[in-house]
Amino acid sequence: MAQLFKPSANNYARTSIVLGGLTPVLIGLSLAAFSRSPLNTKVGTAKNQPVPFSHTHHAWELGIDCRYCHTAVEKSSYAGLPATETCMSCHSQIWTNSPLLEPVRQSYETGTPIQWNLVNKTPEFVYFNHSIHVARGINCNNCHGPVQNMPITAKGKSFQMQWCLKCHRAPEKYLYKDETKPNQTPRQQVFDLYWKMQAKEELTPRENGILAGEEQETGDAKEIEKGKKLVNQYGVKVQQLADCWVCHR
Amino acid sequence: MTEPMNNKLIMGSQTLETIDEMVTDVVLDSKRHTKTWFMIVLAAFGVLQLLPIGVGWLLYQGIGIWGNNQPAAWGFDIINFVWWIGIGHAGTLISAILLLLQQQWRNSINRFAEAMTIFAVMCAGLYPALHTGRPWNDFWLFPYPNIMGVWPQWRSPLIWDVFAVSTYFTVSAVFWYVGLIPDLATLRDRAKPMWVKKLFAFLCLGWRGSVKHWERYQQLYLILAGLSTPLVLSVHTIVSYDFAVSIVPGWNVTVFPPYFVAGAVFAGFAMVLLLAIPVRAMYGLKDLITAKHLDWMAKIMLATGMIVFYGYMLELFYAWYSGETGEMTLLNWRLFGPYRYAYYALIFCNGIAPQIMWWNKARRNIGALWIVSLIVSVGMWLERFVIIPMSLTRNYLPSADKMYYPKLFDFVVFGGSIGMFITLMFLFVRFLPAINIFEVKEQLDHMKKHDSEHELAGVH
Repeated sequence: MAQLFKPSANNYARTSIVLGGLTPVLIGLSLAAFSRSPLNTKVGTAKNQPVPFSHTHHAWELGIDCRYCHTAVEKSSYAGLPATETCMSCHSQIWTNSPLLEPVRQSYETGTPIQWNLVNKTPEFVYFNHSIHVARGINCNNCHGPVQNMPITAKGKSFQMQWCLKCHRAPEKYLYKDETKPNQTPRQQVFDLYWKMQAKEELTPRENGILAGEEQETGDAKEIEKGKKLVNQYGVKVQQLADCWVCHR
Repeated sequence: MTEPMNNKLIMGSQTLETIDEMVTDVVLDSKRHTKTWFMIVLAAFGVLQLLPIGVGWLLYQGIGIWGNNQPAAWGFDIINFVWWIGIGHAGTLISAILLLLQQQWRNSINRFAEAMTIFAVMCAGLYPALHTGRPWNDFWLFPYPNIMGVWPQWRSPLIWDVFAVSTYFTVSAVFWYVGLIPDLATLRDRAKPMWVKKLFAFLCLGWRGSVKHWERYQQLYLILAGLSTPLVLSVHTIVSYDFAVSIVPGWNVTVFPPYFVAGAVFAGFAMVLLLAIPVRAMYGLKDLITAKHLDWMAKIMLATGMIVFYGYMLELFYAWYSGETGEMTLLNWRLFGPYRYAYYALIFCNGIAPQIMWWNKARRNIGALWIVSLIVSVGMWLERFVIIPMSLTRNYLPSADKMYYPKLFDFVVFGGSIGMFITLMFLFVRFLPAINIFEVKEQLDHMKKHDSEHELAGVH
């Protein structure tokens, strides 16, 4: 019987075995890489806004406290976006003719709120509460990145569930207490850090890291020991902190 | 319709050549396929169309188009899943356990039964995938390092089920294909048109039938049989854990695993008979799938049917013996509640009807055999109905009790999966060798040697 295939068919067969094994692995790895990359998470991608509001200018150069605009952050789940009146408390006096601020004046005159584009978004099935995080001394920058360096606001962290869970599974690696000010409450400490930086006081490496928006998970045994003490002191229930219902209610 | 009983596994005066012819002609000679084949495939394909309709509407609307509710969150979807997965078990039992036990009567039915296994598992797999409600997220069922930072819940039998079923499908498919390779080579050798030759040459992966090939084939086939053997027991055991591990009345029973496995084999053999009987008649394969084969399958059906019936009796006993209020309420609900007809029909289908298999005459009567198989298939479906919605609608909290009624789309999707199964089965019979050629040839050789030894010894 004549041969049905040329000898080169063997090579095709071998190659297809190798490719058939590798392709699914490669596809899987690329999907894994894509889902974690800023292409998907949008970390560091500044979002267009009706008014090019600069956190660098307001929060750092002018030194306005976060709570001046995000008024509800200590008391409520939602940090709050400022009403137009808050903007106008200054801008009725300064830059009154700036074309960039036209939408603000429009909003003030017509009574329609400015439609900001949400940068940091938790899905609707996630119950997130700002106040409890602030009350335990979790700094804004831990989750929002170095906001003081954002001329146009961008997402600082991925906000993926595994990112939330890193802290919820081991809060002792994240909790931090400024030891130079023993009487300060954790809530005060959150905002005091910005004043320390403004005043050019000496900062610990961890404080520098927090301000730079770096990943706060510490591997240092001493720091973890301190963190554990804070966990007890704050009454954080670690054994249930990563339960489904904590965030999905 | 009564066929004479005989003790031969291969009938007629067969040679190696005639066996080749008999099986490969079904595939290669298009004249062998009468209008009946087209009618069946066309009808089955028509019924299969219910599946895209039912599933499409389900994806658009959500699970609400089914009868599932609270507390009966498991309805037709899980009933059908368990039913289909059970049907597959005969194939694995025949191909793996009977191979290791060197039961030669398996040789002419194993290919057919294995194909049935694969198609049944495909139908079964549809249901839990759709039952999740968001099938596009079904990959979450598998453990992989995901961006949510969570693993599946290892303590849940549902995740054991994912592994049991996916392993079952993979091993069955590989086993089936490996067994097909030498026969695909036979088809390649016998095919006339060049493209058919090339197609089968491609599919048989360059099989030349050298001694080395056969040696490796035998090794691989035995390893795969060894891998499949525990699956016969483990898959349905784990399916039964979906129920038995919970505390729902009527589910939390230790007899569930063995009784589920027996039920699966019972249902599987019923389905093999249900399909093999018409196929052997249509394609003149009565010499290879003989009355002897049918007789043995009927006996296995009878034996497993008895185990299943024992399970039903034990369920009643346990409920009474536990003295538990929840269990007693359920017992009452089963025997006297609004679903009682399903329960009594189940007892008739699985407990009483198969008993006629005790008689030689009944096992030899092809029509009776086919009808009993049909009754058993219905009975095994009813069994899952009795287990699932009946327990869920009568639970510990009377305030949560609510009736379960299937809706139109429960039937649409179920019908669609039956259409899919029949379509695939008949396409398989048309395009692949439905009987294992080389094993039957081996069997024939064995029988001839046996006969000549007897003649030499002067006995018969």
